This record gives sequence, C-alpha cells and structure tokens, in this order.
Amino acid sequence: MSETPDTGAEAPQSAAAKLFDLRVLIGGLFLVYGVMLTVAGLFTSSKELAKASHININLWMGIGMLIIGVFFTTWWRLRPLRRDPPQPDATGTGQ
Amino acid sequence: MLRLHVNAFDYLILAIYFGLVVTIGVMARRAVATSEDFLLSGRSLPAWVTGLAFISANLGAIEILGMAANGAQYGLPTVHFYWIGAVPAMVFLGVVMMPFYYGSRVRSVPEFLLRRFNPATHLFNALTFALAAVLIAGVNLYALALVINALIGWPIWLSIAISALFVLAYITLGGLSGAIYNEVLQFFVIIAGLVPLVIIGLHSVGGWSGLQAKIDHTKLGAAAFSTWGGVGTGNWTNPLGDWIGIVFGLGFVLSFGYWTTNFAEVQRALSAKDLSAAQRTPLIGAYPKIFIPALTIIPGLVALAIIPNLGTPKGASYNDAIPLLMGRFLPNGALGVALAGLLAAFMAGMAANVSSFNTVFTYDIWQTYIRRGRRDRYYLNVGRVVTVVGILIGIGTAFIASGYSNIMNYIQLLFSFFNAPLFATFILAMFWKRTTPWSGIAGLAAGTIGAAVMHFAGYHIAYFYPHQVYDPTHATINAQMVNFYGAIAAFVADLVVTVLVSLVTQPKPVSELAGLVWGVPDPNAPDPASVPKPVWWKSPKLLGGVALGIVLVLSIIFA
Repeated sequence: MSETPDTGAEAPQSAAAKLFDLRVLIGGLFLVYGVMLTVAGLFTSSKELAKASHININLWMGIGMLIIGVFFTTWWRLRPLRRDPPQPDATGTGQ
Repeated sequence: MLRLHVNAFDYLILAIYFGLVVTIGVMARRAVATSEDFLLSGRSLPAWVTGLAFISANLGAIEILGMAANGAQYGLPTVHFYWIGAVPAMVFLGVVMMPFYYGSRVRSVPEFLLRRFNPATHLFNALTFALAAVLIAGVNLYALALVINALIGWPIWLSIAISALFVLAYITLGGLSGAIYNEVLQFFVIIAGLVPLVIIGLHSVGGWSGLQAKIDHTKLGAAAFSTWGGVGTGNWTNPLGDWIGIVFGLGFVLSFGYWTTNFAEVQRALSAKDLSAAQRTPLIGAYPKIFIPALTIIPGLVALAIIPNLGTPKGASYNDAIPLLMGRFLPNGALGVALAGLLAAFMAGMAANVSSFNTVFTYDIWQTYIRRGRRDRYYLNVGRVVTVVGILIGIGTAFIASGYSNIMNYIQLLFSFFNAPLFATFILAMFWKRTTPWSGIAGLAAGTIGAAVMHFAGYHIAYFYPHQVYDPTHATINAQMVNFYGAIAAFVADLVVTVLVSLVTQPKPVSELAGLVWGVPDPNAPDPASVPKPVWWKSPKLLGGVALGIVLVLSIIFA
C-alpha cells in the first residue's frame, strides 16, 4: 500500500532480533532421538529384525540422527548467531 | 489392516516432538512486538531457514500421502509434479520475480496487485486467496484426522480438535516465526521418517531391479518406469495424458501459478532478512524438491508390489500406501519417528495456509478496506484474532474434503480455478508497462471462469478418457489431464482478456510503477553498486542454473 499506517511517536520497535537460534533445537531433538533409537537398536529382537527385512533400522536411524544432531550443534557452536548492527531506520531493541 | 502397533516408546517420541512444537511457539513469542514481527517474522530470517520452510510449507497432505498414492497409481510419471512441475517455477521466482516482490517492500502478494493494478483486482485476489487458504487448511486437517483415526484409532473429531489446538498454540504465540521454525524442524523429521521406508522397502523387494521385475507383473506394468512414454498427442497412454497438458498445463501454468504467486509460498521468502536471502529461498528449496520424489514414489511402488489388491475395490486405497508400509516394516521407535513426521507434515500443511491467511486478511482486507490508519498494536491483535478465526473455519471446511476420494485431485482442482490465471496476470504486470489497472480484475475473472468451464466441459470430451473413448459414467476420466487443460484454458483466457482490456483502458502513469515493472527502477532503491555483492556460491543465477541442470540430467536418465 502507498500509505503507511499512522503509528505515531510511540511506534513499537521490531523484536525480531530476539528470535532464538533454531539450530539448537534441531540439534537437540536429533541428539535425543539418536540416543533413544541407538539404544533401542542395541536391543532389537530377532522378530523385529525379520519384520524390517533384516535391517536393524533403529540402530542405523539412531546413528544417522546422532550425526545430524552433532552437525547442527557443531554448526551452532562454530558460527553462533551474529547480530547485525542496527539499521539506521530501526534502532536496536535491547540487544 | 492399517492399525499400527504403537507402544509407549513411540508415544514418548511423539510426546517429545509435540512438546518441542509448542516450545517453539512459546520461545518465538519473545520476538513478536509488531504486526510485521507476527505476520512476516520481522523480515529477519536466514536463507537456509526460509528455504527449507518454503519446501516444507508444501510438504503436507499433498506430498506425503497424495504423491505416494500417485506413485502407486501412475509410477514414475509422478516425478512430473516435482521436476517439470515445480523446479523451473522455483528458479524463476528466485531469479526473476523476487526482486519485484521483495524490492518493492510489499507485505503480501495481493498487496503487489493493489500497487500494480487497482483495489478491485486486489480485493478479488485477496478474497479468493483467503478462501482457498482456509479450504486447503481444512483439507490438511481432515486428512490428518483420517490418518490418526486409521493408524491409532482416535475418533475423527478428537484428532481434529487436538491437532488444530497445537497449530493454534504455535501460530497465535509465535506468529510466522513459530510456523516457519516448525516447518524447518518438520522437514528433518519427515525425511527421517521416510528414509527408512525407502531403504527397507527397496531391500525387501530386491533393490531397484527387483522392484522393476515385481511391478512388471502388476496392472501398471513396465510403463510405471517411463516418465515421458505415451505422451504423444492424439493417442496418449501416459497416465498423466499428453505432453501438451504436462508441459504447458502442469509445467508452465499450474506450476508457475502456484510456486510464484501463492502467498503461502512467497511469504516464506518475504520473511527473509534481505533481498539476497529472499532470492535464495526458493532456490535452496528447489534442491530437496528434486529428490523428495524418491521418498514418496518409491514407497508407493513398493506398496503396489507387495500389498495385494492395492487400489482395487477389494483392497486398500492408494492413499494408504505409506501407512501400510509403516505398519509392515517399522519396529517401535522408527515407527514413532515416522508417525511424528507424518503428523507434523499435516500440521505444517495447515499452518502454512493459516499463517498466510492471517497476513492477507489483516493487511489486505482489514487494514485496507475496513479499519485503516490504526496503531500497529491494533493490527497485531487483529492478526492474532484472525488466526483463531481461520483455524475455526479450517475445522469447519475439513469436512468438505470428505466428498472427494483423491485429495490430490481436489487440491489440484482448487489450484486450477484460483491460481492458474494468476501467473498470466503477473507476467504481464511485471513485464508490460501498458497493462492497465482494470485489465487485472478482468483478466483474473476471465481466467477463473475459463478454468471452471474447461473443467466441466472436459468431462464431456472423449479425448480426456483412456484410449480416447467416452465413458458416460465419467468414471474413467483422466482427471489430472482435465486439470492441466483447464489450467491452459485459464491462462489463455486471462492473457487474451488482460491484453484486450489494456488496449482500451487508461494505463497507470509510469511514475506509479517504480519498482513494480521490469525496466522501471525504483528511484528510492539503494544503488546496485553500493550493495555488497554476495559471495559467488550465493549467486541466484548459479544456484538456479545448477538446480535446472540436475533436473535435466535426471529427466534424461528416467525418460
């Protein structure tokens, strides 16, 4: 739209910079799932093994999820979220 | 028998996932202070997040069960929905169209139409989009309830109420950030849920060659492995019809109409932190899109090979392909993850529509036509209320979906009516300065009518039936092909009417088109030389070109 809403002097500032880093949650979830499935995979019964075409799928999935979990947490540790300097038209909001 | 043997271990996995879903909403709440924070994530997200959300927003009912159903019913021709039917449009959106959307700072796709055309065009598009969004949200909700009912035995109404409550929680709290973050998380969980099915499924039938041998003995036969076989005009035998419908109807009109103008998708790119990230959003999304068919079509074909009578009146429906394989192959644990992915996919399919519906309703309908000029805080609250209302309407429309047996066809039908004409209007709007304000609404209306007329006429045309023989009961109609041709009709009707009306009505002065039309730069835009050039591997042209190259190579291999 051509006209901007009249927000007055007390126009609220964007708080978008307070958004948390998603990589922590993805990494955390996959580490937890990875441990759960790997442990379950170590106790797979022969009946379950036969069901899954003789692939210990919980073990393999668990290991795969651990790798993804480690990838995201490492990425997060090595390249933490960098706050961009405040824009000229939207000064920072408390960070 | 669809019922899964879910145990406490699976429920623990589900509980952890759903706990995290709500946690994301609660944590994203802190980052919401303005209406733009709530409805557009404050335009702050990195490209990898928006790119994965871009693909996840579409990874709902359609992708998972519908595409596996198509895989079992049609075989490899289903890849047309991914390769020719998605990737070129995504590349076009990122490379060509995004500068107009993001550069003009519009907050929605309808708002682009308001600035480029007039309020009539804007209102028509905003209302039809809002209607389609709540309808599709309802489709996802209903599909989700059916799956939960079949798999774990909860009553339909309970599933609808609980899943709607989760979506409600994380969108009303966290807004678009809550939706997008959950979409990214869902992307990884759904992949983790589907990969085991593909690995075990292929292993159990003796690999790819074993699968081919087994499919040869089904009614689908060897044609299942040819994507471009039988597409000759006049006597088509391909399950998706002739090449005109596939290339122009699906690959051009439907695909470009959906991926480049559907606000549920474009909104993900508008939430990116800068133009470079916005351009890369659909391009990053294109790469997973190229390979997702392996995760849906292969389970569909495996199901066809090993489950007797699949897709016949005596057996299970094609839509049950993935749940049947889950029950057949997955031990507890892996089963919980697959179930979490499936439920998450349905919720995200609904959330994407609700989170785009609330933005269009708040900015394009409420702020533009009903209550303008209020404080931002007011519109933030409107956005929250509209979110709740949208979900309630979604619950109501969930039951509309029950009248159609194939979810995919139902959604395709909606797309061809509402979305197919849009691309014709946008392409003229962005590349022809002469396109006038009143041609917008005229073209869109003509295109929508064209789609509807073609849809209903198609059922009476022998060419759209197998072997080109008319079936008075309409039972054997190739519905996909009618949709593709309906889209072509919509596109042509829109194009012709837009051009004709433009030639007899008054165009906008060029000064009002700055930043909206090719060749009319925005004088307030930063000087291109002053914007730092992104590193070479972030170049949109390079990312898009490589994606198209991969599609081309794969298309030749699987021709």
